[in-house]
Amino acid sequence: MNGVHDMGGMHGFGPVTPEKDEPVFHAAWEGRVFAMQRISGLFGYWNIDIGRAAVEKLPPHIYLGVTYYEKWHRGLEARLLSFGLVSDDELQAGHALHPAKPIKRRLASTDVDNAMQRGSYYRQEQAPACFKPGDKVRTKNINPTSHTRLPRYARDRVGMVEAIRGCHVYPDSVVLGKGEDPQWLYTVVFDGKELWGPDAAAGLKVSIEAFEPYLEPA
Amino acid sequence: MANEPHDHEHDHGHSHGHEHGHDHGHDHDHSGNSELTEQQARVRALETVLTEKGYIDPTALDRIVQAFETKIGPHIGARVVAKAWADPAFKQRLLDDATKAINEDGTLGRVSDHLIAVENTPKQRHMIVCTLCSCYPWEVLGLPPVWYKSAAYRSRSVIDPRGVLKDFGVAPPAETEIRVWDSTAETRFIVIPMRPAGTESWDEEQLAELVTRDSMVGTGEPLRPAQTDKPQ
Repeated sequence: MNGVHDMGGMHGFGPVTPEKDEPVFHAAWEGRVFAMQRISGLFGYWNIDIGRAAVEKLPPHIYLGVTYYEKWHRGLEARLLSFGLVSDDELQAGHALHPAKPIKRRLASTDVDNAMQRGSYYRQEQAPACFKPGDKVRTKNINPTSHTRLPRYARDRVGMVEAIRGCHVYPDSVVLGKGEDPQWLYTVVFDGKELWGPDAAAGLKVSIEAFEPYLEPA
Repeated sequence: MANEPHDHEHDHGHSHGHEHGHDHGHDHDHSGNSELTEQQARVRALETVLTEKGYIDPTALDRIVQAFETKIGPHIGARVVAKAWADPAFKQRLLDDATKAINEDGTLGRVSDHLIAVENTPKQRHMIVCTLCSCYPWEVLGLPPVWYKSAAYRSRSVIDPRGVLKDFGVAPPAETEIRVWDSTAETRFIVIPMRPAGTESWDEEQLAELVTRDSMVGTGEPLRPAQTDKPQ
């Protein structure tokens, strides 16, 4: 989806302004949202890709206008609603009004430490890798209206495969409900001038992590 | 650097006695502001609904928040970098496969798959970004700071990284190549900054004190010996 979340290379957002002695959470509700997001991933209704897609679908003025954890909160509510785990009248009332749906796992507080580790996204390969380190590749010019991890600035650009990162869950497939469809993942590095033209800064290299379907031989 | 517990002085919500019917053991409401903002009220409503429907255990939420506020932070990555500085064989293993190297070490904690370590040299300097969302190596650096998730950082890092570094007061030599890693998949990255001069006799514990979070994201430098109170 060519949304405002795809920010690489955009101008006009001003300087980066680090905050001195920044707290982990700026308000208690942020921590609650963060933790609810973590726990709800275990319900068995969505994975991280569907979570990201929900945030990307927020209207642009909301995406750009609210804080980070507000986006998470809105994305989480949207997913809970769309899977029927909660309903609007419950969120309005602030209380459960309807029977719960079955969930795969309710995280007990005693299991928190074990559940903190990220899952692995490695999957069994379906076919040999098409590319190897050193290969020149061109990223495809794709513009899906659904979730993808190929940023706009790196589409239809020639780069070099630097490393093979194994076979991984393919987000573009997951969000379409077509399963994990494991794909080879590569680090592909581009010269700054290939991405940004002759005025690009000298000595700039940018890499993306590219799934094999994003690439063709160059 | 070290991820110390803090007292939520900005916090206006989640005080005692709210409608969860249990005590989170928090005492956050130092502001005297007892009114909930709309945002706080919405989050509280959501948590209550999820709790009443039996989907979540609020004490599990407490423990997750607590873990990220007190246990999981850049002090973990700092120990990894310090070990890499002190032990060239470990550094090589880290560069070959960071997840494996850290897990095999046994003293650095455990990380899950797909961690990749990249090393700054006089010739090449690395920066980590996620232009599409906010991917960040939580397990070794904790949760990302606001600037990492900001539109300014996400937009500019890949087109003008030297401009971004200037915002951090960092100016690499003109001949140094800048390599930006856009975290567009589930691989995660940590930068091994260059070891500061004057630390030849330092042990790992001392070295770890020099390793800042930003130096492991690639936007900052490690502290110099003179910037700490450690013996030199």
